[in-house]
Amino acid sequence: MSSDSEEKLVASRPPPTPQGGPVYWLRTRLFSGPINTVVSIVTLLLIVRLVWPVIDWALIEADWVGSSRADCTGDGACWVFISTRWSQIIYGFYPVAERWRVDIVLGLFFALIAWLVIPRLPGKRVAALMALVGLPIIAWILLLGGVFGLAHVPTRAWGGLMLTLTIAAVGIVGSLPLGVVLALGRRSKMPLVRAICVVFIEFWRGVPLITVLFMSSVMLPLFVPAEVEFDKLLRALIGIMLFWSAYMAEVVRSGLQAIDKGQGEAGAALGLGYWLRMRLIILPQALKLVIPGIVNTFIALFKDTSLVLIIGLFDVLSIIQAGLTDSDWLGFAIEGYVFAALVFWVFCFGMSRYSQIIERRLDKGYQR
Amino acid sequence: MLRPSTSIPRRSRGPLWRDPAVRALFFQGLLLATVLGIIAFLVHNAMANLDARGIRTGFGFLDHRAGFSISQTLIDYSSNVSTYGRTFLVGLANTLLVSALGIVAATIIGFLVGLARLSPNWLLARLAGAYVEIFRNIPLLLQILFWYFAVLRALPSPRQSITVFDSFFLNVRGLVMPAPETQPGFAATPIALGVAILAVIALVILARRRQAATGAQWPVLPLSLALLIALPLAVFWATGSPLSWSVPELSGFNFRGGMQVLPELVALWVALSIYTAAFIAEIVRSGIQSVPRGQTEAARSLSLPGGLTLRRIVIPQAMRVMVPQVTSQYLNLIKNSSLATAIGYPDLVAVFAGTTLNQTGQAIEVMTMTMLVYLSISLVVSALMNLYNARMSLKER
Repeated sequence: MSSDSEEKLVASRPPPTPQGGPVYWLRTRLFSGPINTVVSIVTLLLIVRLVWPVIDWALIEADWVGSSRADCTGDGACWVFISTRWSQIIYGFYPVAERWRVDIVLGLFFALIAWLVIPRLPGKRVAALMALVGLPIIAWILLLGGVFGLAHVPTRAWGGLMLTLTIAAVGIVGSLPLGVVLALGRRSKMPLVRAICVVFIEFWRGVPLITVLFMSSVMLPLFVPAEVEFDKLLRALIGIMLFWSAYMAEVVRSGLQAIDKGQGEAGAALGLGYWLRMRLIILPQALKLVIPGIVNTFIALFKDTSLVLIIGLFDVLSIIQAGLTDSDWLGFAIEGYVFAALVFWVFCFGMSRYSQIIERRLDKGYQR
Repeated sequence: MLRPSTSIPRRSRGPLWRDPAVRALFFQGLLLATVLGIIAFLVHNAMANLDARGIRTGFGFLDHRAGFSISQTLIDYSSNVSTYGRTFLVGLANTLLVSALGIVAATIIGFLVGLARLSPNWLLARLAGAYVEIFRNIPLLLQILFWYFAVLRALPSPRQSITVFDSFFLNVRGLVMPAPETQPGFAATPIALGVAILAVIALVILARRRQAATGAQWPVLPLSLALLIALPLAVFWATGSPLSWSVPELSGFNFRGGMQVLPELVALWVALSIYTAAFIAEIVRSGIQSVPRGQTEAARSLSLPGGLTLRRIVIPQAMRVMVPQVTSQYLNLIKNSSLATAIGYPDLVAVFAGTTLNQTGQAIEVMTMTMLVYLSISLVVSALMNLYNARMSLKER
């Protein structure tokens, strides 16, 4: 098979010259063709029209210091509205004299989170144990009081960021183990166990959280003996926990499905029983696989803590919402909502970024 | 040297509690007893509590007169004669309306943003990325409250409405826009549309058969579009254009004529669409990215034109990834529409699980009915999804 074209060699060409620099970057990313140029210009105009006024309003023209409405003189945002309510946003209606207790709990909470999150710090097991067992007990004693000579603070007085974090933390800590149990149940070989888990999961996933909260506030009291006094916050927490455990179960189940059957069989061949097999072999691998899903559920849960506003609990959003109806501060709705959005956004965005970091770190075993 | 053992030791059955089958039976029995016990306990408490409060159980209350007014009713309703059963239907219709509007808008915005995120244009891709990161990390309830209290409540009074084309007016009471008014003889147009749809179905089947038999293709898409548009239009003109528009006019302090859209509906619609679109955008992006580059390259090496590559190779594979996830976003949107309660849009939860429950005190019945509605929507949609999934999934042999 010889043809004419194979007889002549193609003359060698010089290697392409490496290109770089801002001009090259602009040419390839923004102005690579007529359509692209138009798109770039339109987008740029859009950004200038949309983003610049926001920055101007929120930072440059804004008022930062003061104590009353009269201090809002600029054309921009009046953050005085937020700063005058700062303590309420953090503590809600918690008695002023007892707020040091909240400070301790919040301080411990953030310290433990930092300990768990920063990879370089040692003793993760101790930290996890503290976070799952120690902190809840300390928080319970300190926040609620009534023992050790601490004044009793009813949950009615709780509010603001501390309430948001309490609900989120209890929801997360409660729904994850429940979700794992439900996921294992759904994959069980016992038909009755499987059926009960499927019905439970599908029920909670099929209804809106709002109706669950409604149910916990109007129906739960009907279902307990009349003499049991059920705290409103506790009822909401139970509803939130049951609701999210169903979502968590589906996330965990997808992880369990991804684990090769041979893993469990190898464990069985070593003589490990069901629970040991799950605890030592299957669950660590499955949970690692679904970390993004679990964190996504945490983020959704954190955002949905704001729904307690509807049943009359005063989380961050409800405190700000209530502040907007204060006759001294009418007309500051945008400032209030923007600030609340910022609070939620920082937590949620932080969680999603951290999950990406952890994913990359745990993926080391598969990197070559 | 090993000698073969003379007798194989008999396999002993061991104690009963080591037998997995017996153990499974025992556990299931225990679980059943626990579940039944809990249910019996709850029912017993509920009975005792209802007795003590003098609440009669049953659905008889649905026939009682409701006596409260609802700000938006798609079906006939009057506070004087309508029953609580009717309030349920009114709320359900409003829920379905805002869900349908939200699904359409969220899909359009979501696809556009998702495609923009994949754009080679750096600026556009970053802008789309910022949209996604901002809107999906802020609670939906907060966004609804923002649109309602911070944006729509800050709009001018009806006299100073924001006006578009002299027929759309946006003010603090909502959006006022022209409403279609049908004249006698209009019924022929929808019938013509129905006929056109049937004709298109027949055309598609015929074209497919023909292609299977001869390999020749018909221009099905332009033909069906022409049918769908031309036939109803022709009938509409032939019957003398029996449709007029009632254009709103400012008279005194309010508008006369036209159609008024509640500000609550606008706020809920905008918030639901923008929030859900952020999630759909991510699904669209991951769906398109999940189609390997080699697929496009293989199609090109078969010298398939670009449009056909997209339609026959890339999109079907991307759809396989996208459709189940987008459907669950639709479900979320329907469930999230229950947040309407927070701003007073009369959806199912606000009207039925709110006002009706408060007036009648029939907590168990009302909550059961409300939850069953959402549950059945969810179950129907996921059943349809599973059907679709089974049809579309990769056939491996």
